[in-house]
Amino acid sequence: MSDKKKDKMKKIVNRAVRKNIWKDRVFEALVIFFSLLSIVPLIFILSYIFAKGFPKLFIPEFWVGIPPAGQSKTAIEAVGMNVGGIANGIIGTFLIVFMGGLIAVPFGVLTGVYLAENRQSKIANAIHVAVDMIQGIPSIIFGIFVNIWWVTTMKGGYSAIAGSVSLALMMLPIVIKSTEETMILIPDSLKEAAMALGTPYYKVLLRIVIPAGLSGIVTGVLVGLTRIAGETAPLLFTAFGNPNINVNVTEPMETLPTLIYNNARSASPNLIENAWGASAALVIIVLVLNIFTKVVVNKWKVKF
Amino acid sequence: MESKILEIIGLNAYYGDHLVLKNINMAFSEKKATAIMGPSGCGKSTLIRTLNRMHEMNPGARVEGEILLHGENILTINPIMLRRKIGMVFQRPNPFPTMSIYDNVIAGYKLNSVNLSKLEKDQIVEKSLKSSALWGEVKDLLHRRGTFLSGGQQQRLCIARALAMNPDVLLLDEPTSALDPKATMHIEELIVELKKEVTTILVTHNIAQAGRVADYTAFMYLGELVEFGTTEKLFTVPSDKRTEEYLSGKFG
Repeated sequence: MSDKKKDKMKKIVNRAVRKNIWKDRVFEALVIFFSLLSIVPLIFILSYIFAKGFPKLFIPEFWVGIPPAGQSKTAIEAVGMNVGGIANGIIGTFLIVFMGGLIAVPFGVLTGVYLAENRQSKIANAIHVAVDMIQGIPSIIFGIFVNIWWVTTMKGGYSAIAGSVSLALMMLPIVIKSTEETMILIPDSLKEAAMALGTPYYKVLLRIVIPAGLSGIVTGVLVGLTRIAGETAPLLFTAFGNPNINVNVTEPMETLPTLIYNNARSASPNLIENAWGASAALVIIVLVLNIFTKVVVNKWKVKF
Repeated sequence: MESKILEIIGLNAYYGDHLVLKNINMAFSEKKATAIMGPSGCGKSTLIRTLNRMHEMNPGARVEGEILLHGENILTINPIMLRRKIGMVFQRPNPFPTMSIYDNVIAGYKLNSVNLSKLEKDQIVEKSLKSSALWGEVKDLLHRRGTFLSGGQQQRLCIARALAMNPDVLLLDEPTSALDPKATMHIEELIVELKKEVTTILVTHNIAQAGRVADYTAFMYLGELVEFGTTEKLFTVPSDKRTEEYLSGKFG
């Protein structure tokens, strides 16, 4: 090849490479642009909720007070009086979510362990399908189901425990899946080591396998709790709502989501303002749970 | 003649329909080290795992024949009882990651809900770690997790954990295959030391290792016990042609 030809080739290659570099940059810019775009709604939602609800968060009455007694909602709306606080909703949310967790965790963890230990069995396959189906059911169906089954047929009435049952059903697949995924990652050699010491099978699971996967299980439980803390639809048919602070789980109970739902539908600016404050409080609770989950994942992780 | 602690009579082992051990007959001498060697897939690991019935963890595994420990057939007693008498150390070091070094050593008692006084526990931990030549290195770190130790130290911790149960027999399934040469040397020295206390059965694919540590050596090939005798005789005047070929590196 003559020098002239070589120079020409170099130029062609250079031009092509420069074009590719340019394409590379455009592509990178697009990726960054769309990534940023996808967090814009989150920023809008959070800033709007906080801007609207922020003033309420500094009023002590808002955190410890309850709606004024002896007044119907229409009366409050008409008079435009002080609508009180959300203490009934906060206490109810914690109680109902806690009880929901209490119901879902033993079933979920044991099912997850079973699935991980019996990967080939037909029963495990059937459970897998069932768990996927439960996860796909819209949350309002759980509310209606528990309403028909517990509230009316079994004459349990609207109650906090009915709310907890419906939320537990929603939480179950999350706990089962995270437990199973964690358990599968635990090396068999650990189980062998315990078996070789003459450890009975139930203790191999309880003392060796489950503790080794605790970080994964706790993470799943916290993710599940976070998920159900904001659920509204199932609670409307089960826990119903209650203007007073109530810790009797067989009675109707207020929660933050139902409180927000009811107040936000009202025409009274006072009640709407109250709903914004409650939204901010709920978002804060969920965010704290989220951050706590991340800490647990990092701190409790067991290295093999 | 030395007393025989463990005797295998007419042992066949299957995984499903696949016959992996063919009519094994052999007896292990008390407080001696016996090496079982052979190429990969010859059934040596299966053989050692039948001795504490860990093979039952594989679905579809079954055995025929008899294995006598002090004259009692281990295939008819509860595996949980058996495994307290026959300890095992695995290929890869597997200390319990959620437990301290101290708790790892005492794990056999804890996991079986045996209540011991603090003094008894301290004594067992110290004795076991001394027997596994780890005491000097970890005596000030007993309450830290065992997972920061080196691979060789972890393996000695696993040996201490097995020794803490005072087993009659200690099974070692290729205990050095995941370790570097120096750690391997430590473990080999340890096995020689351990002969004073316990009967050891060592599976290895390393011919030289068998030669260095074992009093008796068995050679297995394709699920058969080809030859079994004193290490000296097997290494110098093997009676089977296949043993000779394996020792000279023609296969395996």
